[in-house]
Amino acid sequence: MATEKKEHELIVSVSPHVKGEESISRIMWTVNLALLPAFIMSLYYFGPRAIFVTGLCIVTAVLSEYFYQKALKKKITVNDGSAFLTGLLLGMNLPPLLWSFNPFLIHVPIIGSFVAIVITKQLFGGLGYNIFNPALIGRAFLMVSWPRAMSIWDEPTAAFLAFDARTTATPLAILKEDGIGKLMEVFGDKATLYTQLLIGNRAGSLGETSVIALLLGAAFLLYKRYITWHIPVSFLCSVAVLAWVFGGKNPETGKMLLFAGDPAFHLLSGGLILGAFFMATDYVTCPSIRKGQIIFGLGCGALTMLIRLKGAYPEGVMFAILLMNCFAPLIDRGFKTKVFGAVKETKG
Amino acid sequence: MVKTATFERGIHPEYQKEITSNKPITSAQLPVRVVIPLSQHTGAPAKPEVNLGDEVKRGQLIGSPSGFVSAPVHASISGKVTAIAEFLHPSGRMISSVVIESDGKDESISFKENVDYMSLGVEEIKAIIKDAGIVGLGGAAFPTNVKLSPPKEKPIDTVILNGAECEPYLTADHRLMVEHPREIVGGLEIIMKTLGVNKGYIGIEENKPDALEKMREVVSKESNIEIRSLEVKYPQGAEKMLIKAIKGREVPSRGLPMDVGVVVQNVGTALAIYEAVKYGKPLIERVVTVTGKGIKEPKNLMVRIGTLISDVVGQCGGLVDGAVKVIVGGPMMGFAQWSLDVPVVKGTSGILVLTEDEYVSSEEYFPCIRCGNCIDVCPMGLNPSMLSILSEKGRYEETKEYNLFDCFECGSCAFVCPANRPMVQFMRLAKSMVKP
Repeated sequence: MATEKKEHELIVSVSPHVKGEESISRIMWTVNLALLPAFIMSLYYFGPRAIFVTGLCIVTAVLSEYFYQKALKKKITVNDGSAFLTGLLLGMNLPPLLWSFNPFLIHVPIIGSFVAIVITKQLFGGLGYNIFNPALIGRAFLMVSWPRAMSIWDEPTAAFLAFDARTTATPLAILKEDGIGKLMEVFGDKATLYTQLLIGNRAGSLGETSVIALLLGAAFLLYKRYITWHIPVSFLCSVAVLAWVFGGKNPETGKMLLFAGDPAFHLLSGGLILGAFFMATDYVTCPSIRKGQIIFGLGCGALTMLIRLKGAYPEGVMFAILLMNCFAPLIDRGFKTKVFGAVKETKG
Repeated sequence: MVKTATFERGIHPEYQKEITSNKPITSAQLPVRVVIPLSQHTGAPAKPEVNLGDEVKRGQLIGSPSGFVSAPVHASISGKVTAIAEFLHPSGRMISSVVIESDGKDESISFKENVDYMSLGVEEIKAIIKDAGIVGLGGAAFPTNVKLSPPKEKPIDTVILNGAECEPYLTADHRLMVEHPREIVGGLEIIMKTLGVNKGYIGIEENKPDALEKMREVVSKESNIEIRSLEVKYPQGAEKMLIKAIKGREVPSRGLPMDVGVVVQNVGTALAIYEAVKYGKPLIERVVTVTGKGIKEPKNLMVRIGTLISDVVGQCGGLVDGAVKVIVGGPMMGFAQWSLDVPVVKGTSGILVLTEDEYVSSEEYFPCIRCGNCIDVCPMGLNPSMLSILSEKGRYEETKEYNLFDCFECGSCAFVCPANRPMVQFMRLAKSMVKP
């Protein structure tokens, strides 16, 4: 027999024997890359504070995953980019204050990042098993633990080394506390307001402010098909509709005026764009069936607007996504895929 | 022009057909020895009809069917029976086989020709097909006469010939369509006559323009046979997908093509039917695409059934350094071999050798991250993500709620899985643990 190959050298495995090029690390690093424009904008507006806070989050996230896995003798997976992504997202969701307001708050991002990786992700079994979005749990933990530090915002200054930035309120907080009149006072007219919100020249979490930069990254992810339209579009639509219907106020009485809200303002402010495209779409914590994803997105939008309009916090994206994370498995059970040839069977 | 037909979802692997698509079919050398398994088909194995030491001729019956779903096997060379014992089969199992040592003469029994074959009766034709040992040559190897005998309550109105050849690398059907279009159409006409059907289709993927052209030429005068070009997409050639693409009918869950009035046969099977009915030739050889970067001289070879793969590989220049995997069939659904001393059987459409560079390890895999890629590609509309998780956790009973048994293991889910999960393995495991 003309075999040049010794038999023991042949590899036997189950089919298929060829595979596509997708991998977890490719996906995660691509999402990290897609966040780059927004991160650059945070550098532009908040200077070294952005690097400091975000960097601290990333380093802590990666190191805590590494040491956790090392200690428990698990496979080390820090190279897959998911811990890096959690750190990056957490950093982009934090106020820039942690440098300029008080350097002694250095432990805040570290603890937030640790909670995100170790408690939210690894204790549940690691990537794939976590119920909640790790970065958002990290942020929620910080919000209830250091509420004051987490709600003081720097004014964006394009001056790169501005250490003495003044603190101010986010547009959503101004709207909530002082109404639309005050908002116009600060920004001038509506066109200016929208423009500033689009480019990101406003107070807010480090990476959430520049809508344009975020949309650029989101478009890239949509193009690469790493995310689909289902969650972001249903999320944004429900926010827009609810903001339009319930977001208006009678300027004289201060009471709710139906169908008089400003959907554009609500779409452009807060962490909505960052949340809708980069956090609600987290594979592990959202439903995996497309129809269910639409329900998930609608729910996220409804809860966001409920908190924004009726809740104690000016912004509701974080809690909305976290609450909907709980429902993701249930939603997936409710929407089964349409099996080929199943129509006849159910009728018969 | 008719619109390109297709089905929903599916994947686009690299097809790699150009390695052999322009290579005409050549005859392999006469093997010095053949190992002919008595079970090369779905159903009961054949009973041996020869004894040790018997002299046999090419085409002689050496195993007869033992039941309705079964098929006979024939000697593919002339020579002496030197063993009747269990030998390794490409499926990985040990199968009772007849070994024939060639006498080098390749003497044939006389075949009964039917010049006026279209005037034969339906039962006569079916008997010829059955006695010729014809089974589905696409890979599943289901006895053809059984497929041509649907129960009365399942009226058939359409025959589809499967020329999709959606498995990457394989070009055996492609070459047959280019080189023997007339015979294939002849086979289709016989099938249509047998089933009393007057509408036939031949579905061919668009990446075989020469085959489409040749086949169209042949049927240009036949109003009842239509050539349909299919989108290049895997698994376009799966029976259910093909019927959906061409007729728009969905075979019910767990059902068969005949439930929607369709019988599907592979183009190679049609050719075998033609040769059996017209020339009385039993199924003793088939076209095998020998391909992949791991083989020195890729070829489309006409190989005698029972020829050892080592022999075929040797005739194609042998393996290159760095060849790591030998697959019988295509890369998506074929079987990896640990030994080259397995025979080419009736269902062997290709021998694919992959090198180190192409080899993807499935040893290391990760938990499901629920990205939903598998759901987006599953041609059966299943939720492979959930099925794999349930199987992984040993919750086999629950897999039935997710239509486990609709899975035909095409491997599309595994192909797109970023966590490198052995999806097909999980499906097979669950299938083996629960009753359908």
